[in-house]
Amino acid sequence: MIEMKDLSLVYPNGTQGLKNINVNINKGEFVVIVGLSGAGKSTFIRSINRLVTPTEGQLFVDDENILKYKGKDLRKLRTKVGMIFQNYNLVKRSTVMKNVISGRLGHTGTLKSILNLYSKKDIALAYESLKRVNIEEKLYSRADQLSGGQQQRVSIARVLTQQPSVVLADEPVASLDPPTSHQVMKYLKKINSEDNITTIVNLHFIDMAMEYADRIIGMRAGEIVFDGPASEVNEKTFEEIYGRPIKEDDIRGGTEENVETP
Amino acid sequence: MSKPLNTNRVPASLVSKDTKFRMNIIMLVVLALYILSSVMTNSSILRFDADFFANVWNMIVQLFPPNWSYAGVVVDKLLETIKMALIATTIAGILCIPFSLLAASNIVQNKFLYNFIKMFLNIMRTIPELILAVVFVGLFGIGVFGGILALIIFSLGILAKLISETIEAIDMNPLEAIRASGGNTLQVIWYAIVPQVLPQFVSFTLYVFEINVRASVVLGFVGAGGIGLILQQQLNFLSYQNVSTIIVITFVVVVIIDYISNKLRGRLV
Amino acid sequence: MNIIVPPKPPKSGVKTIRNIIIGVGMLALYIWTFATIEIPWDRIFSQRTVENFDRVIPKLFSPDFTFASRVFEYMMETLFIAFTGSFMAAILAVPFGFFAASNINRNPFLNTLGKWILNADRTFPEILLALIFVVAIGPGAFAGVLAIAIHSVGMLGKLYSEVVESIDMNVVEAMEANGANKIQIFFYGIMPQVIPEFLSYAIYRFEIDVRASTVLGIIGAGGIGTLLVISSRNRNWDEVGMILLVIIIFVSIIDYISTFIRKRIV
Ligand SMILES: Nc1ncnc2c1ncn2[C@@H]1O[C@H](COP(=O)(O)OP(=O)(O)OP(=O)(O)O)[C@@H](O)[C@H]1O
Ligand SMILES: [Mg+2]
Repeated sequence: MIEMKDLSLVYPNGTQGLKNINVNINKGEFVVIVGLSGAGKSTFIRSINRLVTPTEGQLFVDDENILKYKGKDLRKLRTKVGMIFQNYNLVKRSTVMKNVISGRLGHTGTLKSILNLYSKKDIALAYESLKRVNIEEKLYSRADQLSGGQQQRVSIARVLTQQPSVVLADEPVASLDPPTSHQVMKYLKKINSEDNITTIVNLHFIDMAMEYADRIIGMRAGEIVFDGPASEVNEKTFEEIYGRPIKEDDIRGGTEENVETP
Repeated sequence: MSKPLNTNRVPASLVSKDTKFRMNIIMLVVLALYILSSVMTNSSILRFDADFFANVWNMIVQLFPPNWSYAGVVVDKLLETIKMALIATTIAGILCIPFSLLAASNIVQNKFLYNFIKMFLNIMRTIPELILAVVFVGLFGIGVFGGILALIIFSLGILAKLISETIEAIDMNPLEAIRASGGNTLQVIWYAIVPQVLPQFVSFTLYVFEINVRASVVLGFVGAGGIGLILQQQLNFLSYQNVSTIIVITFVVVVIIDYISNKLRGRLV
Repeated sequence: MNIIVPPKPPKSGVKTIRNIIIGVGMLALYIWTFATIEIPWDRIFSQRTVENFDRVIPKLFSPDFTFASRVFEYMMETLFIAFTGSFMAAILAVPFGFFAASNINRNPFLNTLGKWILNADRTFPEILLALIFVVAIGPGAFAGVLAIAIHSVGMLGKLYSEVVESIDMNVVEAMEANGANKIQIFFYGIMPQVIPEFLSYAIYRFEIDVRASTVLGIIGAGGIGTLLVISSRNRNWDEVGMILLVIIIFVSIIDYISTFIRKRIV
C-alpha cells in the first residue's frame, strides 16, 4: 500500500535526507524504523504525508504517486494518513475534546469547523476514540493539565478520530518514562491490529523495536541498511545498523507495570 | 626615616581615565544640547521668573471652582469620545488579524511580503493620530468620522505589532499536527493559532482601548469630534470654570476606565 | 453504528448566567454606540468627498519639495522642544522617582501619595497641558516645552521608582555598616546602580516626546504642527505631504538611534 521507488530527498541546504530508498509496506503491517540520530528516520516518515517533499523518485500511497499532490489532494492524503508526534503537538489551551475533534478537520468544511458545527456522528466518534485509549473522563480538561502519557494518548485519539488507513508516529515515546512508553506502544499496537491500520513508528530503543514491531527497517545516513521481520533481529543486527556497539541508552527497559491507571 | 608614599602608583581616580574622559564628553555634549535647544525654544531657566509664576497662578485660580451646572454638556461629549474609542478599537481589532498574521515571521514564509508589511506598520506608527485626524478631516469634513478613522489607523499599527510578536512566540507544533491531519490554512489558524493567542489578543485590545480613550479626548482640537472641541471652545471663551469641569470629569472617567481595563487584563494573562 | 454521545460538559449555573449577562451587556453597548453616534453618512458618501479625494490624495503623495527647507526648520524646532522637555523631565523625575520608591521612602502614606501624583500626571495628555499653557503664558514653543516636561515626569518618575525599587539593598546595608552617611550612600551605593536604567528610560522618553511634539503646533505651542495647521487650512496638500514625509523620516531615524543607544547602555 506504500511503495517507495528510488526515493531521494535533498534538503535546500544540501543535506541528503534520503538516498535511493526502495521499500514496500503492506496493509496492516506494524513497521518500526530504527537508526541513529540524523539517520533520516523523521525524513522517511514525513515524506509519506508530505510534510517534506522528496526531490527524486516515486512514492505511492494506495497506488497513487503522491509527490505531485497539491492543495486539495494533499489535504485528502493527510486525512488518510494520521500522524503522532514526539511532543504530542496538542493545542495546550484547548480542551481534550477540541483537540480530538480536530482530527475531523480534513473531513469537515471550513465554515462548519470554525463554527464548531460537528455532526453527532463525528462527536460520537471522537468520544469513542477517547474511550479506546481509556481517557474519556478527561474529556473537558485542558490539554495542559494532563501528564505526558495522557497527552500522547489524546493525540492517539485524535488520530483515531481521523479514521486513517495509515498512522505515522515520529518517536512517540521519546519524552516519556519507561512504563508510560510501553503503555503508549501497547495502544498503538492495539489499534494496529483491531482496525488493521498500517503503522510506521520511529524508535531508537532496540528492545521496544523488537517487542512491538512486525518488521524492522534500519537506516543510516539516509539509506536503508536493514529490512526484515522482527523475529530475525538480534543485538548484532542493531550493531550493524548503528555501526557501533550497543549502549545502555539504546535500551528503554521497564514494563507497563506501575503506571497510574486512568 | 620612613619612605614617602609613592604617589605615582596610586590610581588617580576610581574609574579608568578613558571611561572618565568619555563620560565627561557625553555630559558636556548633552548639556550643550540642552542649552542650545532651550535657547532655540526660548525656554531657558530664565523664563521661570516672577511673571511666569504669576501668570500660571492666575490661571489656576481662575479654574476654581468648577462649574457643575456645565456637567451635562461635558458628559454628553465625553460619551461621544468613548464611543469613538470603542468603535475604532473594535474595527482595528478585526483589521489587525490579517495584518498580524502577515507580519509574523513564523507564519509568512515569503521574506519580502513579511518585511513589506512590517515596514508598512512601522511607518503607520510614526504618524501621530492628531496629524492623521487633520488629514481625514480635510477629506471627510469636520466630525467624528475623521477622528474614528485616525484612531483606527493609529491603533492598527500598535495592535498588529503587539499581536504579531505574540504569534511569533507561539508553539509551532500544533500547527504541524493540524496540517498533518488534513486541515486547510483557515482551519490551522482557527484551531492552532487562535487558542494560543486569544488571551493576549483580548488584553492588548483592551490596552489599545485605554490609549484610544486618551487620544480621542484631544481629537476635537482639530475638529475630529469628541470632548476636545468644547474644551478648546471654552478656553477661547475664557470660561475657565467650565474648562476645569471638563478636565475634572474627563480625568475621573479616564482613571475609572484604566482601572477596569487593568483589572480585566490582570485576570486574562 | 451505535452512537454513544459524550456527557455534557459540567457547567456551573453561576458561570452560565455570568456569561449571558456579559454577552447581553456587550451587545447592548455596541447597539447603543452605533445607534447614537452622530455620523453624517450622506455627507461622507457624497460627491464632495469624492472631489476631496481627487484633490487631496494625489497631492498628498507628491510632496512639495520646494517647501522642504521650511519644514526642516520647523522639524528642528520640534526636536528642540522635545529635547528641552525630556531633559527637564529626566532631571525632575529623579526626586519624584525616589519619593515614590517604597524601599527609600518608607512612609507608606507619603509613598502612595507619590505614586498617585505620578499616575495622575500621566492621565493629562501633553497637548491638553500645552493648550492650558498657551492660554496662561501665551503661544510659542515655551508652552510646548512645559507641557512635554510635565507630562513626561509622570512616566519617567514611575519608571525611575521601579528601577530604584529593584536595586540591591544589601549594598546599601553594607555601607551603612561601614559608617557611611545618607548622602554618601546615595552617591556611592544607589546612583551607580540606577544611572544606566535612568538614562535608558530618559532616551526612550525622548523618542516618545519627539512624536508628541510634532502635534503641539496645532494648538499654537510651536514646532512642525504650526506649519501643518497653516498648510491644511490653505488646502495646500502637497505641503502637507511634505510635512508627513519629514515627520516619518525624522521619527524613524530617531527611533532607530534611540534603540541603538539604549541597547548599548543596558
Ligand atoms: N528541515 C531541514 N533542513 C535541512 N536539513 C535537515 C532538515 N531536517 C533534517 N535535516 C537533516 O537531514 C538529516 C536526517 O534528519 P532526520 O530528522 O530525518 O533524522 P532522524 O533520524 O529523524 O534523527 P533524530 O533521531 O535525531 O530525530 C540530518 O542530517 C538532518 O540534519
Ligand atoms: Mg527525528
